[in-house]
Amino acid sequence: MSETATTLVPNPVPQPSARADLRKRQTFARLLLKNRLAVLGLSFIVIWTLLAVIAPWVSPYEPTLTDTASKLQSPNAAHWFGTDNFGRDVLSRVLYGARISIWTGLIAVAISLCIGVPLGGIAAYYGGRLGSVIMRLMDILLAFPSLVLSMAIAASIGAGLTSAMIAVGIVGIPEFARLMYGQTISLKEKEYIEASRAIGVKDNVILFRHILPNALAPLLVQATLGMGFAILTASSLSFLGLGVKPPIAEWGAMISEGREYIISGQWWLVTFPGLGIATSILGFNLLGDGLRDILDPRLRSGK
Amino acid sequence: MFGYTVKRLGQMIPSLLGIVVITFILSRVLPGDPAVMMAGEQADDSVIENIRRDMGLDQPLYMQFFAYVVKLFQGDLGMAYHTGHTVTADFANRFPATIELTLFSILIAVLVAIPVGIVAATRKESIADHISRVFSLIGACVPIFWLGLMFIYIFYSILGWSPAPMGRISGDLNPPTNLTGLYLVDSLLTGDFAAFRSSLSHLILPAICLSTGTMAIVARMMRSSMLEVIGQDFIRTARAKGIHEFLVISRHALVNALIPTLTVLGLQFGYLLGGAVITETIFSWPGVGGYVTDSILAADYAPIQAFTLVSALLYSLINLLVDLIYGWIDPRIRYE
Repeated sequence: MSETATTLVPNPVPQPSARADLRKRQTFARLLLKNRLAVLGLSFIVIWTLLAVIAPWVSPYEPTLTDTASKLQSPNAAHWFGTDNFGRDVLSRVLYGARISIWTGLIAVAISLCIGVPLGGIAAYYGGRLGSVIMRLMDILLAFPSLVLSMAIAASIGAGLTSAMIAVGIVGIPEFARLMYGQTISLKEKEYIEASRAIGVKDNVILFRHILPNALAPLLVQATLGMGFAILTASSLSFLGLGVKPPIAEWGAMISEGREYIISGQWWLVTFPGLGIATSILGFNLLGDGLRDILDPRLRSGK
Repeated sequence: MFGYTVKRLGQMIPSLLGIVVITFILSRVLPGDPAVMMAGEQADDSVIENIRRDMGLDQPLYMQFFAYVVKLFQGDLGMAYHTGHTVTADFANRFPATIELTLFSILIAVLVAIPVGIVAATRKESIADHISRVFSLIGACVPIFWLGLMFIYIFYSILGWSPAPMGRISGDLNPPTNLTGLYLVDSLLTGDFAAFRSSLSHLILPAICLSTGTMAIVARMMRSSMLEVIGQDFIRTARAKGIHEFLVISRHALVNALIPTLTVLGLQFGYLLGGAVITETIFSWPGVGGYVTDSILAADYAPIQAFTLVSALLYSLINLLVDLIYGWIDPRIRYE
C-alpha cells in the first residue's frame, strides 16, 4: 500500500545522478581522511573491532582458564599483560573484553536509536498534546544524572549484561529523541514534505522515507558519540557490580576485581583493561567530532 | 526578577512530579517480591503476608504511589536493610562528606579550567592551546574508576605521597568539631590545623579524580565561548579605545564568556553525582556514593531509589539556580 504511494510521488527533490552521488561519497571520504584526529579515532575503532572479532583465534589462552600456580605474575614472555589473582591471562581477558564492550555499546545505541528516533519524529510531526507529552517525558529522563539513572534501572531489573545494555540504552533515548525532534520540526515545513502530504502520502512513509534520510547525518554523529558514552557507562555499571557476572571477562569488571591488588603494587590487573576502555572511547569521541565537522559545518566544535 | 523566579519555579513542578513517578515505577519493576526478600526465602506464608500488608503491597498501585508521596513529604525514604537504619538517617550522616568532595572537585575544576580556557583562546594554536586540547580529549575518555586506581597506585603505592585511600581523616586524629560537616571548613574554623592538613591530604586525590571530566569539558567550553566573544565588535571597540589587553580580556570578554560556561558547569553537576558514587567507592570515602555502592552489592533497593530521587531533585534545583543566575546576569533572558 505504502509502496505504491511512494512510487506515485513525483519526487520534488532533485535526485543526484549516480555519478554525482559517487563524487559526493569520494569527497566525504577525502574530508574524513584529511581530518587527522578522525582518522586516529577510526583506527582505534577498527583495531578494537578487529581484535574483538578475532579474539578466539589470537588470544594466547582461554579467558576464563585459571592456573593458580602462575597467579599474579607481572608481564612476561608467556603472559604479555601478566596474570590475575586466579592465574588467568590478562591479555586474553582484555581481548575478550573488547567483544563485550563493543557489543554492549552497539546494542545500547541501537536501543536508544530505535526508541528515541521514532518518539522524536512522531512528537515533532504530529505536535499537539501527544508531542508535548513525549518531549516532556524526555525532559524528565534528562533530569536524572545519566549514570545514576542507569544504575537505578540496572539495579531494578537485576544485575547482568542484558540489564546493563537496557539501562544504558534507555538513558540514551532522550538525546536521540531531541535530535530527531529538532530535525523533523525544521524539515516538516519544507516544500517537498508539503507536496508529498498534498498528494496523500501516508504519514509514516513521509516520516521514515522522506524525513529520516535527511536527518541521518546528525543521527550518525550522535550514534558515534553515543557508542563512547555507552561503553563508559556500561563498564562503570560492571565496576559497581551491576554488569556482567564473573568469571566473564569485561573491562569494568576486571578493573573492579583488580582493585584490591593495586595497593600491593600489581598494577597490570587494572592498567590494561583501563587502557582498553580509554582508547576505545577516545576512538569513538574523535571519530564523532570529526564526522560532525564534516557533515554539519554549522555545529563545528570549538576549533 | 521575582516574577521570573516564581515563573521558573512553577515550570519546575511537573518535572518534579515526573521524577517522583519515574523513581516509583523503577522500584516496582523489581523482579522478586520485596516482602519475600525482607522475610527471607524460608519464611512462613503468613509472615510474608503480614509484611506485605505492613508495606502496603496488597494495595492497588495508585494507592501505593499515594502512600509513597505522603512518606516523601514526611522525609521518609524507607529502610536500608543492610545498615538497619532509615535511609534518611544514613543520608544525613553521609551527605556532608559527599558535599565536601563534590564542592572541592568543582572548585579544582573551575580554578584550573577557566584560566586554561582563557589562555587557550587568547593564544590560539599555541603550544599551550594544543596541550590543553589533548588534555581535554583525554580527560573526557578516561574512566573515573581507572583514573582513581592509577592515582592510588602512583601517589600511594609508589611515591607514598598520599595517605592510604581510607576515609576523610587519618585514624589517629579526631574529626574536627562538627559545625558545617565539611572537615576542611570545620578544622579551619576551630583552628585545628593537624586535622586540616590530614583531611586535605585525604581529600585531594579523590577530588582531583572526580574533577577531571568536568575540568576537560569546562576548559573546552571556556575556550570556545571566549573565542566567540573576542571576535565581537565591542571587544574591537574596547581595543580601539586603547584599553590594556589584560583589561579587555578580564573585564570585557571574561564576564560575557562566563555565562555559557556557567550553564555547562550546572549540567556537569549530574556527572559529578554519578562520579561521586564511583570515586567514593574507590577511595573508601564515607559519603552517600559509597553507601549506594554498598546497597547495590547488598541488593538493598530503597537507598538506591532514594539516591536516584534525591540526586535528580538536586540536579534540577542546581540547573534552576543556574537559570536564575543567568537571568540575573543577563536581564534580556527574563523578558523572553
